[in-house]
Amino acid sequence: MGKNRWFLPLTSFLGFAFLYAPILSLVIFSFNANRLVTVWSGFSTQSYVDLWNDPQLLPSALLSLQIGAIAASIALVLGTLCAVALVRFRRFRGKTVLQATVSAPLVMPDVITGLALLLLFVAMESIIGWPQGRGILTIIIAHATFCTAYVTVVVQSRLSDFDYSLEEAAMDLGASPVRVFFDITLPIIAPALVSGWLLAFTLSLDDLVIASFVSGPGSSTLPMIIFSKVRLGVSPEVNALATIIIGAVALGVIVFTITQMRRPRAKA
Amino acid sequence: MTTGPAYARPAARWDVVRRVLARFGISGRALVIAAPAAWLGVFFLLPLAVVFGISLAEKQFGRPPYSDLLTTEEGTVQLTLHLSNYIRVLSDPANIYINAFLSSIRIAAVSTVFAILIGYPMAYAIARAPEKWRNILLMLVILPFWTSFLLRVYALSGFLRGEGVINNFIGLFGIPPLTMMQTDFAVYVGIIYSYLPFFILPLYTNLVKLDPALLEASADLGARPVTTFFSVTLPLSMPGVVAGAMLVFIPAIGEFVIPSLLGGPGTQMIGRILWDEFFSKTNWPRAAALAITMLIVVVIPIMLMQRAQNAVVEGRR
Amino acid sequence: MAKKPQTAADTRPWRDPAAKPFVRIRNVTKKFGDIAAVDNLSLDIFKGELFCLLGGSGSGKSTLLRMLAGFEVPTSGTIEIDGQDMSAVPPYHRPVNMMFQSYALFPHMNVWNNIAYGLKREGLPKPEIAARVDELLKLVKLEPYALRKPHQLSGGQRQRVALARALAKRPKLLLLDEPLGALDKKLREETQFELVKIQETLGVTFIVVTHDQEEAMSLATRIGVMNQGEIAMIGEPTDIYEFPNSRFVAGFIGSVNMFEGVVTEDEPDHVRIRSTEVGGDIYVGHGVDCAPDQVLWFAIRPEKIQLSREKPEGTANIAHGMVEDIGYLGDMSVYQVILDSGKRIRVTQTNIVRGNPDAIKWDEPVWCQWGDTSGSVLTN
Repeated sequence: MGKNRWFLPLTSFLGFAFLYAPILSLVIFSFNANRLVTVWSGFSTQSYVDLWNDPQLLPSALLSLQIGAIAASIALVLGTLCAVALVRFRRFRGKTVLQATVSAPLVMPDVITGLALLLLFVAMESIIGWPQGRGILTIIIAHATFCTAYVTVVVQSRLSDFDYSLEEAAMDLGASPVRVFFDITLPIIAPALVSGWLLAFTLSLDDLVIASFVSGPGSSTLPMIIFSKVRLGVSPEVNALATIIIGAVALGVIVFTITQMRRPRAKA
Repeated sequence: MTTGPAYARPAARWDVVRRVLARFGISGRALVIAAPAAWLGVFFLLPLAVVFGISLAEKQFGRPPYSDLLTTEEGTVQLTLHLSNYIRVLSDPANIYINAFLSSIRIAAVSTVFAILIGYPMAYAIARAPEKWRNILLMLVILPFWTSFLLRVYALSGFLRGEGVINNFIGLFGIPPLTMMQTDFAVYVGIIYSYLPFFILPLYTNLVKLDPALLEASADLGARPVTTFFSVTLPLSMPGVVAGAMLVFIPAIGEFVIPSLLGGPGTQMIGRILWDEFFSKTNWPRAAALAITMLIVVVIPIMLMQRAQNAVVEGRR
Repeated sequence: MAKKPQTAADTRPWRDPAAKPFVRIRNVTKKFGDIAAVDNLSLDIFKGELFCLLGGSGSGKSTLLRMLAGFEVPTSGTIEIDGQDMSAVPPYHRPVNMMFQSYALFPHMNVWNNIAYGLKREGLPKPEIAARVDELLKLVKLEPYALRKPHQLSGGQRQRVALARALAKRPKLLLLDEPLGALDKKLREETQFELVKIQETLGVTFIVVTHDQEEAMSLATRIGVMNQGEIAMIGEPTDIYEFPNSRFVAGFIGSVNMFEGVVTEDEPDHVRIRSTEVGGDIYVGHGVDCAPDQVLWFAIRPEKIQLSREKPEGTANIAHGMVEDIGYLGDMSVYQVILDSGKRIRVTQTNIVRGNPDAIKWDEPVWCQWGDTSGSVLTN
């Protein structure tokens, strides 16, 4: 080992505690009877009732879920095509440009992406009349665009580890390249595609800045509503919502990790 | 058993489609590249060009709230480019913009350093943990990442505020409450807190591929564990450290949510300034100029990161 | 009882100048950047052969195989299979199937579906596919494993699935890339025998790529020895072993003792070579295409040399030395003899007498002797 026996476990524990303490406090105080939320005064589920009755939070949550699903699906298709082009096609005009364009959203600050897309939509509207106003469609387009970058990274990483001789064997047996992709490549990289979709979905669900720039009246996403509520102070309904989201995510991640650990190592 | 019938022919229908497309120089390959390229070209590259164009306009009332670059008047076409926004950004009397850039870089850099200091031992511990534990520990690191970024920052604010958890806790010992919210300190904590998983994961991937035989060889040649760490592990993990650090540093420069919720009026970060220029002051051209300037500032670390990645790929360290 | 079909091994079509080759490789070059992996190579392979491409790494044999399969396109030159030019033909349209070195079994399909895959691509009706797959499972003796997935099989079983899958479409030409490489020695010997049997029964033309000379010698009807992208020699195993055409080929297959010498007598019926390494003359009992005073090499295999304590008769083809080391291999013994000239040679003798008390021992002075036609004269 590189250090004394106590150093690593201690720093790791402190690190994990740092990561989880605020989240845990969110969860705990969602059951707080006290509206000030940070002084415990008894168990109560009032926050959850308030959440249910809030006119904005749950409808915007539903909208965010819909937008997320559509944007993630578009991003999945575009990202997979990109990954295939970058990994399988040895050389083509503009390959470096494509690689750079696909990697840029990963590090580019949200404000730039959001502003740029909005200015584009405004300019497009005045020149060709589409898109008419900003709303759900523009948010979907914007999310699909930046999520494609993430999907590409995930699928690209999986494809470059992929045993190419399997594709050659399929071609040798009479499958055309398209056939090979659908019969052999796709089924085997399916877990990576699922990861990519989930990643895109989460990023879309979570995005505040870009959505703020490109949304229109009546199309406020969940992060936008949460942000407007919390910048004024503590909000118990948000705590309640956060607890539900954290619970759902935790369940999903736990289930996923368990299935991953159970599966026999049969990899290509 | 002798060799069988003539070799099978492919399905005839696709042949026709393929031949027609080939006439126009379109192959299957071209379509695979074209679809994402077209989308990204229109919805990523074109917007950047539009931003650049509008940064050369001036704020004016109306829809849209910026001046036209191209105007036609009595048979003449006039291209009006205003450099006023850039001039203002660079030489504002109060230097708000330059200061904001500098403080953004400073805040991002300090946060990155601390993220490395906290995240490295964590990544190392997970990489060295027994196989069964590794998945669980990784899951614990990734879980906060999958929950909402916004909610996590909000949770942190609940921790740090005047009547928040930490102050309640130290209040039990009679210590007066600390002002942590709306300070630079809160922003540091916020960035480290939110971006820690982004640092840990690439570093973990690098460390886990480290051949344990190298460490054993070092010990065999007489090095104490500390020496082995500094002379073998650390240098070999540098690409992972750089990759993770860039994933923290670059986005942190342009952060908006964290300075909004945790920082004070004195915490000037460029992301927030851009937002205010756009939403509060409706000065689209100014915001566009800031965006272009931010891009330039951010491009240099990005190129460093690419070079570091290429170095790894070519096997140098 | 039906007559056993005539195999290429029996008919030896390459000896017939009028025979039409099944695979014609003409002046094929493959360059990767500036490096030519295959350099202006020409080769004819006949129907029903079990042809082995033998070479070390970097010899170009795998590249040549991949060009036959269609995975690489030659930089120049043509490849014809059964009279058809394969230049524009992609791998999925060629009458060729390949057995991959790593087997490349589809991990998400079971054995049955792996074997059936090629047949489904052909669009054969389901009952026919089922019949063929069952036939093949019987051929490779894997019937009970039909529903297993590749990760549930042993290495040898996976190899048989790969073979069955490659044979399913009844290809005219089967390419095998190091088919026995991943198997342990005993399994390898059994599988060698089975491979030859399958090939003879089906009459399919096999081209095998290998770096293992023993494998090539036991499997092949003909061997093509490759070196740095070119063919060093083509011939039947006996030709390659007993009549190599160059020092490279002589040294590549089996062990060989190489003596350097100068021609002193050059006659149509014999050649005399003076060699300081031998410490005397080498007398070759047939004419050799060379000039007087030319420097050349004499290659002789270890098993062709006899050891004795008494000086043999005659003045040529003898050498004196001392036994430096003996390797006892059970069926034979390998003697490392250091000649008076300082040259070390290798001599093998079969242990005909059980527990021979009179056997030559370490540090004994010995005489080495060989016949007039026991070795080859090599000019390059």
